[in-house]
Amino acid sequence: MNKLEVNNLNLFYGENHALKDISLPIPAKQVTALIGPSGCGKSTLLRTLNRMNDLVEGVKIEGDVMFEGENIYADIDVKQLRMRVGMVFQKPNPFPMSIYDNVAFGLKAQGEKDKELISEVVEESLRSAALWDEVKERLHTPAMGLSGGQQQRLCIARAIAMKPEVILMDEPTSALDPIATHKIEELMDELRKKFTIVIVTHSMNQAKRISDKTAFFWMGELVEHADTDTLFQHPVDSRTQGYVSGEFG
Amino acid sequence: MTQLTNKQTRMRKDQAMMAGVWASAGLTIIFLLWVVWHILSNGLSHVSWEFITGSYTRIGEASGIWAMIISTIYMVGLSLGIAAPIGIMTAIFLTEYAKPGSKLVAGIRFCIESLAGIPSIVYGLFGMTFFVTVLGLGFSIIAGALTLSMLILPVLIRTTEEALIAVPMSYREGGYALGSSKIYTIWRLILPNALPGIVTSIILSTGRVIGESAPVFLTAGMVTQIPESVLDSGRTLTVHLYKLTQELFTQHEWNQAYATATILIVLVLLLNLATKIIAARFDKHSH
Repeated sequence: MNKLEVNNLNLFYGENHALKDISLPIPAKQVTALIGPSGCGKSTLLRTLNRMNDLVEGVKIEGDVMFEGENIYADIDVKQLRMRVGMVFQKPNPFPMSIYDNVAFGLKAQGEKDKELISEVVEESLRSAALWDEVKERLHTPAMGLSGGQQQRLCIARAIAMKPEVILMDEPTSALDPIATHKIEELMDELRKKFTIVIVTHSMNQAKRISDKTAFFWMGELVEHADTDTLFQHPVDSRTQGYVSGEFG
Repeated sequence: MTQLTNKQTRMRKDQAMMAGVWASAGLTIIFLLWVVWHILSNGLSHVSWEFITGSYTRIGEASGIWAMIISTIYMVGLSLGIAAPIGIMTAIFLTEYAKPGSKLVAGIRFCIESLAGIPSIVYGLFGMTFFVTVLGLGFSIIAGALTLSMLILPVLIRTTEEALIAVPMSYREGGYALGSSKIYTIWRLILPNALPGIVTSIILSTGRVIGESAPVFLTAGMVTQIPESVLDSGRTLTVHLYKLTQELFTQHEWNQAYATATILIVLVLLLNLATKIIAARFDKHSH
């Protein structure tokens, strides 16, 4: 069962044809990695999945993205979509407020007033993001006081608090040290049981370690996608072969 | 050896530059202290409780400035009450809603910059014609406040805009990615983070309102009584000082002028201090 399906998607930044006729199924409760050299369109594709590209001026999109059989580029409620398709960014971006308020932000934005319920969700989300034990004593201190890796897990908790079905991760470990990266990868292994994960990564090793499916992008094109093992061991296209063998990229 | 001599010339240049910047910085401080000292030394001895809270008559038997203080407070409150919401909303529109680079934004920006460049007396003339006469508000606090709010609007918009732009894009992205609405994101995420800048800009505008004289007496008049409503005329402290300096006939009037100036200077210094304290407070809270 595919959670998301990208069908014949073209995206233009003004004159720049950034995504060229992309079709990609994203299976439920698996980790799909999007890899490729810088500027290949992998992050852009990720941002079409929760319509974050709407925030960018001059973007034009053709084709459709089906989410549970519904076209998200039809006349839908973008806020609902973004609650169901959460996102974690490249640079940890906790809000300048307490750890607790960060996780509670999305719920409060939906008008949730029940303090007990909010507290429950905050604890549950922080536990799911493997951060609870480290912060339970200081929930009401500024989130900016956390280390980079903790901040990123806080951002994951913040996304989880909305009870999303999909979590999009845009190079979530590229700003982190190897130990923090390892923790996030461990966490992802837990998260895949409950969520569909799409991750953009620069690191082929990371894609190999954590993903079930891998899609390789090259200059706005989706060159090929397959089970991660297959793609890395038996790439069909010569460009994929060159990239995964480290010849370029 | 040439290299060494070169180096020495360079060192001498460095030293000259150093002396120049230090001297300039020193002069700035000296000028400020000089002006403050001059006003205070001439005025402070004439400031008394009676001077601050007493009433005023033109012929000279009473020279208190209480009515002017009240008028000034009205003027500040009302001008900011009108200009601050409009200014902040305009800035929010420009940074969060309008398409960046669109003709509309360029047009609004051009208007704001032009408004900022108009001499304040021209606002006074406009206010006197439009608010006082055409709208029939008469010489009144409200006519003055409307005029002054137009005057402070450009700076309020500009500084608020800067404060909003300084809020990192990643906060907006983070907010929207959680499915929060634009309004909520602006109220709970963007405005709180821009607040120090907005408060600073409001305090600076307060200084501007207190400091203006010409557009104020052209629209609010010069009546030296406590205004009973915003439709009454009133004389602000600065207008009072202006008026006193126009009539410096006696030593007594001269003393009053300096005493009034003393009050104004103390007010402005207090405002600046408040700006610093507020900015420092916010700084501590957000980090």
